[in-house]
Amino acid sequence: MAEEKAKGKKKEKVPRQKMLEQKPEDRVQNFDEVPFGYTPELARLEAGRCLQCKKPKCIDGCPVEIDIPAFIQLIYEGDFMGAAHKLKEQNSLPAICGRVCPQEDQCEKVCILGKKDEPVAVGRLERFTADWERAQGEIEIPEKDPPTGKRVAVVGSGPAGLTLAGDLIKKGHEVTIFEALHKTGGVLVYGIPEFRLPKAIVQAEVDYLAQLGVEIKAGHVIGRIKTVDELSEEGYDAIFLGLGAGLPLFMNIPGENLCGIYSANEYLTRSNLMKAYLFPEYDTPIAKGKNVTVLGAGNVSMDSARTALRLGADKVRIVYRRSRVEMPARIEEVHHAEEEGVEFHLLTTPTRCMGDDDGWVTGMECIRMELGEPDESGRRRPIPIKGSEFSMDCDLVVVAIGAGANPLLPTTTPGLELNKRGYIVADEEDGKTTKKGVWAGGDIVTGSATVILAMGAGRHAANSMHDYLMNGQTTWP
Amino acid sequence: MFRILEKREMAERTVCEFKIEVPDIAKKAQPGQFVVIRANETGERIPLTMAGTDPEAGTINIIFQVVGKTTGLLRSFEEGDEISDIIGPLGVPTHVEKLGTVMCVGGGTGVAVMYPITKAYKEAGNHVIAIIGARTKDLLILEEEMKAASHDLRVTTDDGSYGHHGFVTDVLKQILDGGDDVKLVVAIGPVPMMKFVCKMTKEYDVKTVVSLNPIMVDATGMCGACRVSVAGKTRFCCVEGPEFDGHQVDFEELVKRQRAYLTEEKVSLDRFMGQIPE
Ligand SMILES: Cc1cc2nc3c(=O)[nH]c(=O)nc-3n(C[C@H](O)[C@H](O)[C@H](O)COP(=O)(O)OP(=O)(O)OC[C@H]3O[C@@H](n4cnc5c(N)ncnc54)[C@H](O)[C@@H]3O)c2cc1C
Ligand SMILES: Cc1cc2nc3c(=O)[nH]c(=O)nc-3n(C[C@H](O)[C@H](O)[C@H](O)COP(=O)(O)OP(=O)(O)OC[C@H]3O[C@@H](n4cnc5c(N)ncnc54)[C@H](O)[C@@H]3O)c2cc1C
Ligand code: SF4
Ligand code: FES
Repeated sequence: MAEEKAKGKKKEKVPRQKMLEQKPEDRVQNFDEVPFGYTPELARLEAGRCLQCKKPKCIDGCPVEIDIPAFIQLIYEGDFMGAAHKLKEQNSLPAICGRVCPQEDQCEKVCILGKKDEPVAVGRLERFTADWERAQGEIEIPEKDPPTGKRVAVVGSGPAGLTLAGDLIKKGHEVTIFEALHKTGGVLVYGIPEFRLPKAIVQAEVDYLAQLGVEIKAGHVIGRIKTVDELSEEGYDAIFLGLGAGLPLFMNIPGENLCGIYSANEYLTRSNLMKAYLFPEYDTPIAKGKNVTVLGAGNVSMDSARTALRLGADKVRIVYRRSRVEMPARIEEVHHAEEEGVEFHLLTTPTRCMGDDDGWVTGMECIRMELGEPDESGRRRPIPIKGSEFSMDCDLVVVAIGAGANPLLPTTTPGLELNKRGYIVADEEDGKTTKKGVWAGGDIVTGSATVILAMGAGRHAANSMHDYLMNGQTTWP
Repeated sequence: MFRILEKREMAERTVCEFKIEVPDIAKKAQPGQFVVIRANETGERIPLTMAGTDPEAGTINIIFQVVGKTTGLLRSFEEGDEISDIIGPLGVPTHVEKLGTVMCVGGGTGVAVMYPITKAYKEAGNHVIAIIGARTKDLLILEEEMKAASHDLRVTTDDGSYGHHGFVTDVLKQILDGGDDVKLVVAIGPVPMMKFVCKMTKEYDVKTVVSLNPIMVDATGMCGACRVSVAGKTRFCCVEGPEFDGHQVDFEELVKRQRAYLTEEKVSLDRFMGQIPE
């Protein structure tokens, strides 16, 4: 096949290949992953669709600039291991990115084939390759550079921290990760559900770092058990803050503290991190609503809505104040949610929550919205329509309207400048903060973004830290 | 993993104390702070206050009342056994300063939470009057310790089996009426007790601090499970508390939120009781 292609022989038109997946009616009964992934045959068929463009656009579309045509060509040639190594040159967590990247806004958005036809399914191919490599069981442990004697502390074990730790351990530095929760992985373990990102995949990545020699200290809340300054005093030469945007935002409407009203963080943490979906085998309980309302329409909302279905809800509604085009969730997530029966109530916002004598939520009063002029985000601003209030019954509400910066660490770290929303101010290029020897990256700098952007920030900070550690540690902006 | 060095049972086996080896936390902990414990791999995360610490020896003490599955499971642990996770120190330390006369009112297992705080107020040079209460004599805990930690200790039991027959609020009232210039009351115990103390001290216009115990999950400010209303505003108890101005707390809401999982807690406990040969 490869030869044919090299000769530039015109290929027969192949449609974009779908992944086999669990049927909606089956999958709402379990927490197993929805798609099964490509078979080697499907992967090669899809890889054959790539035009191997002279001037490919997809690489620019990828925040970490994976050599996409190259790894796809290797798949096409059947060299899956080669493809895996090619991916890992730029992306240390491909099994995760292949599953959760919003490809439709990145590599696949600019794919040249996509101009006339559907774009190459880059994400699915990436996922296939990484899964194939993992299934072989022969994860290669790369050579490390000779020890530098420098010590790096990484606070937070989300994608930003994991990426940075992986990069710096390979460069010969001693790396310790401090994670507040009892498990490492950040949002990848506490937020994103099992049916979208199996926790075994995240664990494998963390195990790999441990094999490389990264020291992992879970259950360490920096700012409480030790401050950032104390880490410096203990001899860490450089510190990275990858804290994420973990502060849940609420609506600030009357009745919001009724029982049965969860932040998405609480709902998903109970279910994912604490495995409440396996209650009573696992001890942490979770309220199983029959009639569930989820506020907001991002990935977090879709994850909450689909979790509610799997926990046995008869009806799950997403209530969102803007319209369909403004919904921030990945297309695939919205599509999966709709297939599973989640209802969308758009241009609607709650104004208060009602409850019974025991303090449990029984419903919400909502108001309809219309779209006005664009706001700072460029999206049209929703405006309430006077007199359009109506009520909606529900026995469980998940508030998924966004997250902010947790002040716990910043307030115990003098010299660390924050912006007016409480995020850490850091150089866009290299992640340097206003405090000497301290870098930051990921959601704690940008606000809630994506896994791949957090990884990119981790990589840039790792490069900058390496320079600093090797070149006399003098300059600081 | 964290090893239990000593175990002590008290109050008719309804309360249990562990001394645990956790050097980093022992070094850092201050009065009023708590830890989150996850007993084992399938365990829930529960908050427990540190009733004492020994920074040199690298140990902390926790005292817990056996009320359900997790505390029951913990009680089944013996010296030498290990606890999966202990995370801390968490919460804002008690703001201790020299004020004059301070009253420390503890009820039930709240006495364990109160003990290090009482000690701290005394060490800061205050005149400390402590009142501790229990339903009955055999359920009273830490009497000796509280006696040593205060200048004047009063004891009450609901059934009159020991000390004053009645509630801690009866004795509190006597003292407030007695003309002592009480600058601050700290009240820690079951919510109804804290509520009644606050109602009374409000009439006397004496500042009152309470330590709240809503249900928590992460206890790092990430989930909002622990939200409480104080002065009409929502606060995250795990990072902004656990101590708040008792006159501003919405206790009704707190009680309702504490009862959110009664059904599940019973399922969990029944299942656990069915598994242990007792
Ligand atoms: C439910 C959900 C679904 C999502 N779905 C997608 C998706 O499909 N695709 C996508 O690209 N993105 C998605 N995102 C966004 C993405 O997960 C985040 O942008 C990304 O995880 C940010 O990575 P991070 O490394 O900055 O921080 P995080 O992943 O948030 O990790 C930060 C870690 O730091 C720890 N920490 C915080 N403070 C301290 C402290 N003081 N001491 C020690 N540790 C601390 C936290 O406990 C946490 O583990 C989703 C987010 C959520 C919540
Ligand atoms: C800051 C703080 C400090 C505390 N300190 C102490 C202490 O020093 N000694 C002590 O005996 N108790 C203390 N508690 C209460 C203790 O956490 C609960 O008794 C314990 O969680 C009960 O767990 P269980 O599984 O045994 O009982 P369950 O049957 O699960 O619950 C019994 C009751 O305990 C409460 N509870 C349940 N789960 C949690 C949870 N995850 N977080 C908080 N409360 C919960 C609920 O109100 C519930 O109705 C403290 C609570 C807080 C918030
Ligand atoms: S990492 Fe994300 S953006 Fe980059 S190629 Fe893979 S799917 Fe596309
Ligand atoms: S327990 Fe999660 S925010 Fe307080």
